[in-house]
Amino acid sequence: MAQETRVAEEGKVEEKVKMLDIYIMGKRYKVPDAGLTIQAALEYCGYNLIRGCGCREGFCGACATIYNFTYDPTIKYGLACQTVVEQNMVITQIPFFPAAESLYNVGDLQPKEGVNKLAELYPDILTCFGCNNCTKTCPQNLEVMEFVSDAIRGDYEKVYEKSFDCLLCGLCAARCPQGLQPYNIALAGRRLRGAYLAPKSQHNLDRVKEIEEGNFDADMEKLKKMSADELRELYAKREIEPAL
Amino acid sequence: MPYPASMEDSKRKVEETRSRRIEKGPPERIPAEERTALVPKFHPDFIKEQFRELRIGPNKGGRAPLEIADLLEGNSRIDPDRIDLDKIDHDVDVLVVGCGGAGGAASLLAEENGASVLISSKLRLGDANTIGAQAGTQGCDRPNDSPLLHYLDIMGGGHYVNVPELAEALAKDSPDVIKWLEELGVNWDKEPDNSYHELSGGGASRRRMHSCRDYTGLEEMRVIRDEIRQRNWHGRKIDWLEFEPAIELLMDDKGQVAGAILMNLETRQMSIVRAKAVVIATGGMGRTHIQGFPTTNHYGATADGLVLAYRVSCHLVHMDTMQYHPTGAAFPPQILGFLVTEKVRTLGAEIVNCDGEQFVHPLEARDTEASAEIRECKERGKGVSTPTGEVGLWLDSPMVDIKRGAGTIQRELPAMVRQFGRFDIDIIKEPMLVYPTLHYQNGGIVINADAATPIPGLFAAGECEGGVHGRNRLIGNSTLDLFVFGRRAGRAAAKWVKEVKLGKLTLDHVRKWQREIKEAGLEEMPVSPMLLPNYARQERYVPGFQPLGQVSPYTPFGDRAVRWI
Amino acid sequence: MPYPPYMEESIRKLEASRQRRMKEEIPLISSDERDMIVRKYHPDYRETGKRKLLLGPNKDETMPEELANQLEGNSRVDPDKVDLSKIDYDVDVLIIGSGGAGLSAALLAQENGARVLIATKLRLGDSNTIGAEGGTQAADRPNDSPVLHYLDTMGGGHFENVPELVWAMARDAPMAIKWLEDLGVNWDKETDGSMRELELAGECRRRVHSCKDYTGLEVMRVLRDEVRCRDNIDYIEFEPAIELIMDDEGQVAGAILVNLETNKLSPVRAKAVIVATGGLGRLHTQGFPTTNHYGATADGLAMAYRVGCSLIYGDSIQYHPTGAVYPLQLVGILITENVRALGGQIINIDGEQVACNLEPRDILASFEIRECTERHKGITTSAGNVGVWEDIPLIDMLHGEGTIARRLPSLVHKFRRFNIDLIHEPVLVYPTLHYQNGGVRMDANSATEVPGLWAPGEVGGGVHGQNRLGGNATLDIYVFGRRAGREAAQYAKEVKLGKLNLDHVRQWQKELEQLDIAKERPFSPMLLPNYARQPSDYLADLYTEKLQPGLVKLA
Repeated sequence: MAQETRVAEEGKVEEKVKMLDIYIMGKRYKVPDAGLTIQAALEYCGYNLIRGCGCREGFCGACATIYNFTYDPTIKYGLACQTVVEQNMVITQIPFFPAAESLYNVGDLQPKEGVNKLAELYPDILTCFGCNNCTKTCPQNLEVMEFVSDAIRGDYEKVYEKSFDCLLCGLCAARCPQGLQPYNIALAGRRLRGAYLAPKSQHNLDRVKEIEEGNFDADMEKLKKMSADELRELYAKREIEPAL
Repeated sequence: MPYPASMEDSKRKVEETRSRRIEKGPPERIPAEERTALVPKFHPDFIKEQFRELRIGPNKGGRAPLEIADLLEGNSRIDPDRIDLDKIDHDVDVLVVGCGGAGGAASLLAEENGASVLISSKLRLGDANTIGAQAGTQGCDRPNDSPLLHYLDIMGGGHYVNVPELAEALAKDSPDVIKWLEELGVNWDKEPDNSYHELSGGGASRRRMHSCRDYTGLEEMRVIRDEIRQRNWHGRKIDWLEFEPAIELLMDDKGQVAGAILMNLETRQMSIVRAKAVVIATGGMGRTHIQGFPTTNHYGATADGLVLAYRVSCHLVHMDTMQYHPTGAAFPPQILGFLVTEKVRTLGAEIVNCDGEQFVHPLEARDTEASAEIRECKERGKGVSTPTGEVGLWLDSPMVDIKRGAGTIQRELPAMVRQFGRFDIDIIKEPMLVYPTLHYQNGGIVINADAATPIPGLFAAGECEGGVHGRNRLIGNSTLDLFVFGRRAGRAAAKWVKEVKLGKLTLDHVRKWQREIKEAGLEEMPVSPMLLPNYARQERYVPGFQPLGQVSPYTPFGDRAVRWI
Repeated sequence: MPYPPYMEESIRKLEASRQRRMKEEIPLISSDERDMIVRKYHPDYRETGKRKLLLGPNKDETMPEELANQLEGNSRVDPDKVDLSKIDYDVDVLIIGSGGAGLSAALLAQENGARVLIATKLRLGDSNTIGAEGGTQAADRPNDSPVLHYLDTMGGGHFENVPELVWAMARDAPMAIKWLEDLGVNWDKETDGSMRELELAGECRRRVHSCKDYTGLEVMRVLRDEVRCRDNIDYIEFEPAIELIMDDEGQVAGAILVNLETNKLSPVRAKAVIVATGGLGRLHTQGFPTTNHYGATADGLAMAYRVGCSLIYGDSIQYHPTGAVYPLQLVGILITENVRALGGQIINIDGEQVACNLEPRDILASFEIRECTERHKGITTSAGNVGVWEDIPLIDMLHGEGTIARRLPSLVHKFRRFNIDLIHEPVLVYPTLHYQNGGVRMDANSATEVPGLWAPGEVGGGVHGQNRLGGNATLDIYVFGRRAGREAAQYAKEVKLGKLNLDHVRQWQKELEQLDIAKERPFSPMLLPNYARQPSDYLADLYTEKLQPGLVKLA
């Protein structure tokens, strides 16, 4: 697109700053070339965000965004709060995508010999034909197809390892031609592993028992009754375990 | 949903009487005296309480439907004292407001004639009534036809109050419009011998309606839109803004129109366009639902252009008449009011009552046809009721294939087969239920044969202008109107901008309007233009509630260009 | 974008001093010294940016300006326009907010027989909890005890914490860890199966449990999933509460929700209400950027204040010492304290340590502010932001190659997006608005002064005194969320609600009028910050009600 001959030039207000053309749901806007993230660009253009905005720092998956460029139809995926806009970027957000979720209690997740719990909860998982769309969409660069394969094989430990950074943004489900939801499947896998397969930490169980039996109550009462000065003294004298 | 049990009896009667009716042929046309009695008695245009006098503005004292009168007398959406007219966002030769067929044609012709063009579209580029136009575009291009005959039909249909020069322009330009569209790539239906496939239409003395199956408007719009885009992508001076309607025109201190204020519907930000000429092509008013009628019109048909023009002192003509299309769908509710093209009747289908009996010739002029239907239902009680409380009459589409051969409906009306097919109604085998629906604004902004209004720099084309069709438009003349006056407006605007010198921009006309409103005691009028109808269910809506409105005192875009993001 | 040339000299000095600094140990300063430095440099102690409240339970107390505006704000509801006889939801327990506290409360309330409705402003689980990286404290190792945990917490809070609350938290902590593991949370473990536990600032034992540096996300994923799967817990998204409903016996009896997308109001009648609305970062007190999520706008404080709840330590705000400063896209976001627990040091422009890296947060923040303002030893970016270095590469040098990648994956990921490699490069940090130390006054079950109302989590106050320790926030939410849920469910079984009313709103507005400040105050709760760029005026409403003649029946 020849910008020099573009007839509708933006007003003089923006002259001093170099501007980029971006397209928000097909509508062209100009934003300063200052490293704006997609989210900041939306706000720069005047949008007050309700959907599609959450932690604003790449943790919660609220701002899953699909984009490509006017000169390149290949669809790309990212988080609006972290992805920086570029010239000719065409953007839309998918703040919600319908994806099936299986209903279960953590008790239902208890592993059973010879049974793949994940395939039980999500039987469609066996229809995965390895197209790898899911991996390509993941804004966290996870090996999604791999952990789906691990889920099919019932290898919960690998599911836990490979999916740990998942933000549940839903983009993988949006692009799976078989209608699978890798993010939900992995979540069930991780919960199963955390509740049943992770090594048990006996010291914690011991401590819980001690507390419930009231082992610390007497000392606590003494502390609570201390004056601020007594407390400060005790505090200053307490032994600090080395951090490392 | 296929027809419910409550309508089955009546439908069966239609089937039973069919062969008899085909053999007998349609009833006689209504004689003139009966027509002059029928229309005033039943046509919605004649229900006096639904109209009122305008209290301010160029048409003061004139009559308009209540809903339109409210808009015309409405308050401006802007406060002139808070607008900084020095901050121009776009500076162009021609601003085209609205982009259906008329806006599109105006843009293309203006650009071809050397002007830089910016289109302001309220929805997407091309979202317009044009897209839904099914039947066709009239063009008097057959040997047994002529612009004179076309002219006569136009005048007759309009009850002889059309402006002669405008009717002349419509008729004379029509063959060229067909040609121009074909050169751009429109696929007109053709006969085996390569002549155009032309149908007759209500009120037309010759078969002159060119069509693209029943997708005529869609086909035309796809081509026009693509042409605009291609030119833009090739770096030519034609550009557009979507979801940014005009809410007020700008003038200069010499009384010339000088641009408009646009508003981004999503962010509520305004932009100011300075333009040497403005073409208003905002289309119709169906979404004002006059007299509570459903409509064939698209979401944005809210008479915006009438309001904009009225505020800069343009007269409107024939505002006391609206066209109700005789056959809007009355069932199922999902398509209530949508257009069932007159072509169905042209191809041979009849309208019959709940007993399966004929009561009117299927090809009377639209106002007559509509009035007869209303009489059949209201006075004679022979309508068919639907489960959602609508009333309608049967349009016996199966007659078409019987009369013209199997496959005709599928070939000529594929869009309609699809539309009803979605709801399990097979119009090849079953009749449709129809009733008049609000369809077209016959009148509008006064223009001359160059599509120019009396206000210097302001042009108008398409449904929003008036005088072309008199008090009643014929089928196939609307899509013609768009291109005839769209092109004329584009040409004339491009010529105008070469000569005009704009003065200082002003919104004094808005201040003047506000004074008039105050003097007439009309401060309570709602704001206009309406922009979009409000269909959200309103049970628990609290007026004035502002969920978001406080500007954060700490804003990323403070004094420095960007501080954090 | 890697570091620009003008920062390179400073980075080189940092690298040059690294070997020496690896063995360098700076002692912690004494309590008295702590009090002094905080008073001189901490934003809480600035003269500007604060004012006295003019009405309400904390009248005449000084609060940050932004918070004061919210507390004194106008109600968003006109009591005469809301029909309280048309109730949309009638439940036992209404929970406002769905972070760690809200969801913990929901689960425990449900287990104790209540029908629960969660009303949340954004999506279920959108909260500050999700971004919590460091971990959750619990004294469950043999050489540790809840008593030591209590002591540490009191010290961190400058000994002004409410003792019962601290004990409740320290005591319940190990059980909270177990509870979460039983639900499926994957705590980091050592090879022998014991919990991997870190020591954060102000603690005398290693007791912070984590899930790499995704602790909050991992727990929220599990809690959210559990809530979804249980019967009798329902949730509505994008529908925040804007006002509490009372009854004629002074009990809280529900709330009014608003649908952010359609403006529709929904009155909810509830026998018990749990306000778990989290923090106030998006008020940007003293003009600081924040680590908080989009919805952290102190909604709960405003609503609770209006029904007569008093706040404790409302003026005590925690500025996390290590908020990112560069690049621009990451300004304000959290760099977890775990980095310092693993050995990361805070370095000035000359490559020298600024303070002991394990000073509690308010102390370290004060040191950093002194370093950059009075001593002019900070690094200024081209956007005008200032900061000091946090030397992350030290961690691999201290613990072995691969430690950073293994223990701080989310952080590495975040900066890699912008071409900064944390394994080899330091990051720029500066205090960022992080946590509300105080909040609504509550008891050991997070019950407030007004019957029928609980306030667990960040919105509640007194647990952390004047400064919270790292790892205690994510503990606070589970402990008090669970306690609130349990108690509210019990309460709901016994309470009888009277006639619903919004009289407190009428009373409030009247007071605002009498003080003649109604027109100057904004509406509260704020709900969401308004970051849209505002170059031009706002216009009249798009739709007007008058233009609706004969609305046509459409399917």
